[in-house]
Amino acid sequence: MLITQLKSKETIVSLVDGKKIFIINCQGCKEVHFPEKEALELQKELAADGKVTGSITTDYICNPENMKLRLEKHMDAIKAADLVLVFSCGVGVQTIAEYLEDKMVCAACDSCRLPGFQGVTPIEYDCGQCGECYLNLTGGICPITACSKSLLNGQCGGSKNGKCEVDSNMECGWERIYRRLEKIGRLDVLKCPTQVRNYATDDEV
Amino acid sequence: MKITELFERGEFVVSAEVGPPKGIHIEGLVEEAKEYLSGVTAVNVTDNQSSVMRLGSMATCKALKDAGLLPIFQLTCRDRNRIALQSDLLSAAMLGIENVLALTGDHIKLGDHPQAKPVFDLDSVSLLHTICKLESGEDLGGNKLVGEPPKFAKGAVVSPCSDSVDAQLAKMERKVAAGAEYFQTQAVYEPEKFIKFMEKAKQFGKPVQLGIVIPKSAGMAKYMNDNVAGIHVPQEMIDELKADKEKTKAGITGVEIAARIIKECKPYCQGVHIMALGWESKVPDLLKQAGI
Repeated sequence: MLITQLKSKETIVSLVDGKKIFIINCQGCKEVHFPEKEALELQKELAADGKVTGSITTDYICNPENMKLRLEKHMDAIKAADLVLVFSCGVGVQTIAEYLEDKMVCAACDSCRLPGFQGVTPIEYDCGQCGECYLNLTGGICPITACSKSLLNGQCGGSKNGKCEVDSNMECGWERIYRRLEKIGRLDVLKCPTQVRNYATDDEV
Repeated sequence: MKITELFERGEFVVSAEVGPPKGIHIEGLVEEAKEYLSGVTAVNVTDNQSSVMRLGSMATCKALKDAGLLPIFQLTCRDRNRIALQSDLLSAAMLGIENVLALTGDHIKLGDHPQAKPVFDLDSVSLLHTICKLESGEDLGGNKLVGEPPKFAKGAVVSPCSDSVDAQLAKMERKVAAGAEYFQTQAVYEPEKFIKFMEKAKQFGKPVQLGIVIPKSAGMAKYMNDNVAGIHVPQEMIDELKADKEKTKAGITGVEIAARIIKECKPYCQGVHIMALGWESKVPDLLKQAGI
């Protein structure tokens, strides 16, 4: 099981500052606690600024087929947005980032672990349920689960021909991140302050 | 002495590398370092290199310092969390070790204890950030240090011939922002790639030491091409190593190749870092042939 909780309002506001946004809420999975009320309130405030091109509330965006069907009807509003803000666990954000390959896709939530049954999630993407979510600094590709060393500040020297030296079947996560940020024109994201991972999530849940 | 003082004076800085043994007898290493590395300014001591458990880097640094050499303490994030890393940094400073090279470290899967827990609580960038914090008189948790804080020359590494050199440059920029004062590189066999890399890296304004591994045989070159990230030995060099097996075995060909690479790259960098991998005895001849 996991809990999603909203990132701080300041974090989200600075993330969307001056940008047109499209909002996606995922409320599919009963194994995940979703902060419905708080998300709605925040979204009302964002919409009041007139920068929201559209929003949907759906279920199981982690299922790529389902997600594509749901998103298809809203492609005009999505295209009109500079940034897609996703209210879901880390798996949902990564699934959408992969599908909307030309868009900056950001996480509005942090995902925290709870002991017990793990929700039904697809195997292609993995959410470490770390607490503080780093997807917004990495173009929607998770540095925790896509990098063998879970590095937060960039590529180590161990990639050869695009593959991780730990597992030759695994693409280097940070090369994927670099290529994606380059493609969406957001290499500036890599100039963020040094990240130090916060393991102290218990008191925040 | 801090290695950064030499860069500031505009010197071309030569360093070499030694790997501690898997055991407690260090006399041989110290004697070899004194004999063969006297023409070298500083000596890196590896930290459980390739994730193979050995005698510690800090203890070996202290032994080299006592023998009159200038050690560089390599510190990786693979085996220690942020508490142990900071504690080791304080211990090193207490022992008078002033040069640190901050590394993420090889993954545990590559070494001789693949069952171990990989730590990576910090990485090379956040380790540099942590060293700066300690230097400011505070630890990473925001707690004040007692008395005068430590002061280090902070080094880092970069892989200039990597097939993802742009991602490497982005990481280099983050290391500079986090406090890196100079760089040592992965072994270079393609001077033209290194020179291109340096054209882009010079914007960061930090000294870079060219990394050199003396090629010992055609087999070693092929092995590195297949297995070592960021290294490509061109076919002509492999052919050169194959041409005269006796000459190669004696180390003559490898030293010639390495000296040629140094000469070609020297105008573009601020020093050279030699990873002799057991061939420390060839270092004096290499420096002579390279004209440094």
